[in-house]
Amino acid sequence: MGMTITEKILAKASGKPHCSPGDNIWVSADILMTHDVCGPGTIGVFQREFGKTAKVWNKEGVVIIPDHYIFTADEKCHRNVDALRAFVKEQGLPFFYDPGTPSYAGVCHVALPENGHCRPGEVLFGTDSHTCTHGALGEFATGIGNTDAGFVMGTGKLLIKVPASMKFEFNGKLPKFVTAKDIILRVIGDIGVDGATYCAMEFSGQTISDLDIEERMTICNMAIEAGGKNGIIAADEKTVKYVKERSSKPFTCFSSDEDAKYLSVRKYDASKLEPVVAMPFSPDNVKTARSMKTFKLDRSYIGSCTGGKIIDFIMAAEMLYGKKVKIPTFIVPATVTVEKALKTEKVNGKSLLQIFEEAGCEKPAPPSCAACLGGPIDTYGRSNTNEICISTTNRNFPGRMGSKDSQTILASPYTAAASAVTGYITDPRDI
Amino acid sequence: MDKIIGKVFITGDNIDTDQIIPAQYLNLVPTIPEEYKKLGSYALCGLPDEYKTRYVAEGKMETDYAIVIGGRNFGCGSSREHAPVSLGASGCKTVIANSFARIFFRNCIATGEVYPVETSEELNKSLKTGDEVEISFENMTLKELKTGKIHQLKNLGDVKSVIEAGGIFNYARKNKMI
Repeated sequence: MGMTITEKILAKASGKPHCSPGDNIWVSADILMTHDVCGPGTIGVFQREFGKTAKVWNKEGVVIIPDHYIFTADEKCHRNVDALRAFVKEQGLPFFYDPGTPSYAGVCHVALPENGHCRPGEVLFGTDSHTCTHGALGEFATGIGNTDAGFVMGTGKLLIKVPASMKFEFNGKLPKFVTAKDIILRVIGDIGVDGATYCAMEFSGQTISDLDIEERMTICNMAIEAGGKNGIIAADEKTVKYVKERSSKPFTCFSSDEDAKYLSVRKYDASKLEPVVAMPFSPDNVKTARSMKTFKLDRSYIGSCTGGKIIDFIMAAEMLYGKKVKIPTFIVPATVTVEKALKTEKVNGKSLLQIFEEAGCEKPAPPSCAACLGGPIDTYGRSNTNEICISTTNRNFPGRMGSKDSQTILASPYTAAASAVTGYITDPRDI
Repeated sequence: MDKIIGKVFITGDNIDTDQIIPAQYLNLVPTIPEEYKKLGSYALCGLPDEYKTRYVAEGKMETDYAIVIGGRNFGCGSSREHAPVSLGASGCKTVIANSFARIFFRNCIATGEVYPVETSEELNKSLKTGDEVEISFENMTLKELKTGKIHQLKNLGDVKSVIEAGGIFNYARKNKMI
């Protein structure tokens, strides 16, 4: 019987010729990623279980990227980064992106592929639910807790259940101003926030092939918002080019067999998709942006692993070029690479940074997760009262961006920028 | 653990990890004992104000409700292990829901902090916060102490062997993996 990409990767990682949905198998990890919020707890579990002097299973396999609570006065947050520094030094880990030094990278899910830690066919575990982002590069990537991560840190292995795969096939040309974010919000709206629980979400079709890597990351990033274990897109020439420019390690590209079994197959005509928003307080509360045009906003936020990549700021800049924002508009590049690109990437001859400045956006914050998940009270862009914020981030649960009284509306960079110009939810095609 | 007797705390569908433990408390590290306890004091403090009863009373470190009852997709969102840890640290023994989000469920099993148990009945609609119940893990039943009414819970399935071993590390040791 045929296998899906996910099944093939997991079979290889468990040393078996074949595996099926529901099998509980021990798989070998290629990469374990952790950050400042879950790293200290993971290290705590690792040392408790394997001993104070234990060594990680593979120095090159452990990647530590502090990114959540970096630009805050909170002392515990600084202590947590210090705990990571001490561990890295003691273990001699080569991949540590240390805040306040030239190696600082920014948000882990964008920094991992940028720095060559993602390769097709591999298994990547991370102590963050949005680790599913990296399925965009044709690998199996999923979020785990501290205890499982402590286990992987010591053994390089984890017992997992093989997920059934759901296929989402998109064909046709996306209309102008309709983006990867609209694709994934549409899917979550259709199947619900638990529509893919325990499942692999495989995205395929010509529309997906036409997207560049960063856009594919936006789609896989939000697989977890439908409950998915992983999101995955078969590696193609674009993937291979992207990875080879950043990593010299060999890798294997898998694709699903013709006779692979899917739990479900949904087909979409991409040419019929529209700009959408997810209204409070659930990512599946999806409406067309146009149908919400009387909904008044207090602020706009462009940033995060989902919506703070170079492509996201290019879209926002296209929309904001020569216009003024009516509401405070926050710009948070995901990584240092993206931050640099704000100065070098241009739209109509002007840098993205210049376009944002002229439009009246807030001065961009340094790269980090910032207000995507609220965070400490002094976090840049945090909703501290009853703000209504349209945001390119990935979650809009009650209190997600700070105060329980605040509201978050999820949207693409085009829609978040168009809405910043009017102060109301706005379809970017109507500007 | 064979049996739990205690009060239930009722929640709705899609209780996400930000409601279980808001992100501003993620500076606390679960493996540091005093911070573990502190996490317990914040368990479910992100629930909206429509919840008139706090899961952990103001100024208290532990809850009066050993059993949390949820609807669909309990624990959705983040992989933060702080979520099951905060519940466990507060004195919660089990969460009974119609379904669980994958990572939360997994973290409950791996840490052994709380038992995640599924039910096909809408217990979060038929029970009220404060009702006393007895849960038998031997029979997988929930008995309402006031009326004697018994509800069937679902079997733990594949994860039973990991739970019985006492978490992923003990399970792996038992199976000579580490």
